[in-house]
Amino acid sequence: MFLEVMAAVSRWAVPVVITLILAYGFWKGVRVYETFIEGAQEGFWIAVKIIPYMVAIFVALGIFRQSGAMDLMISALAPILGLAGIPPEVLPLAIIRPLSGGGALGVTSELIRTYGPDSFIGRLASTIQGSTETTFFILTFYFGSVGIRRSRHALAVGLLADVSGFLAAVLAVNAVFGGG
Amino acid sequence: MLNIIWLLLILGGVLVAGLSGQVEVVTDAAMTSARLAVEFVLGYMGIITFWVGLMKVAEESGLVRSLAGLMRPVVGLLFPSLPRDHPAVGAILMNLSANLLGVGSAATPLGLKAMEELQKLNDDRETASDAMCTFLALNTSSVTLIPVSVIGIRAAAGSADPAEIVGTTIFATSCSTLVALSLDYLFRRLGQRRGGGSRCS
Repeated sequence: MFLEVMAAVSRWAVPVVITLILAYGFWKGVRVYETFIEGAQEGFWIAVKIIPYMVAIFVALGIFRQSGAMDLMISALAPILGLAGIPPEVLPLAIIRPLSGGGALGVTSELIRTYGPDSFIGRLASTIQGSTETTFFILTFYFGSVGIRRSRHALAVGLLADVSGFLAAVLAVNAVFGGG
Repeated sequence: MLNIIWLLLILGGVLVAGLSGQVEVVTDAAMTSARLAVEFVLGYMGIITFWVGLMKVAEESGLVRSLAGLMRPVVGLLFPSLPRDHPAVGAILMNLSANLLGVGSAATPLGLKAMEELQKLNDDRETASDAMCTFLALNTSSVTLIPVSVIGIRAAAGSADPAEIVGTTIFATSCSTLVALSLDYLFRRLGQRRGGGSRCS
């Protein structure tokens, strides 16, 4: 039942959101086509700005993997992580995710490209990327903007939330798509 | 931090390749990966362009604002210390709505606006207030309905069903948000008992 609901949400989410946004916009008298084009111009430049992040991460991970260093790391960590059903390949993502949004997007893309979007690792990386945040960036930026120097428990909460998002992702992907 | 990890990945790779007598692999990996990265972004560009365009329509039509209206009771519950009609509440609502819809570019400016308003209610200028901590807990635990960039990446990589991970993502992100809010509550309670956390807002 729960799994069926998750699958249904996945199937319907995008079409429903597209329809809702366009129909509501039209109903409210927005010139949908012109407004779309205006926004899409910005979107194009967002993609361009991602390129340097992608190159930095693809190159670092490419070297790390093809040199055999990744295999060393995997054989060292696999027994421990295997107990929890976590493939060691996603470890770089877990480490970089709280630090850099662009970097994490790079790692996720690289994993998806290397292992395939519909592989266990591909699905897991996708879910982790969507359910965790760039905690350090948000804290620094938000607190910095108003001059807060003592952030109290905010960092601990943010990082523990990322850890639980990561574990929940492992759990959900194992349950819905079956283990890797 | 990222500096060190990035450097370690590359130096570790060069070291292992060198020690195993195949250092030329590094050259090939660097050149190929750099080219692949750009090709990948080109494949992904169409989707991100489409989505940002769509989100512009959502913003212009006031959909983000309506969603904010729906969530008002929840925010009252989460931020009991805020006066009901304070501008901070409005900014928080808009930020959460933008996050929920995946309009990242709109979420950040709205979030900064919310922080500015919360700071006005804060009586210790350099220490985060309770409301700020709760607000940051929501933002750092990510509340996303549609993980737009991930769907785009998957589509660009030729997935048979790019959106199949929406369900698992919503589940995982709900878990992390729940954990964040519970921990925030617990920490606040602990702080009060020690007599240190009763600052304001």
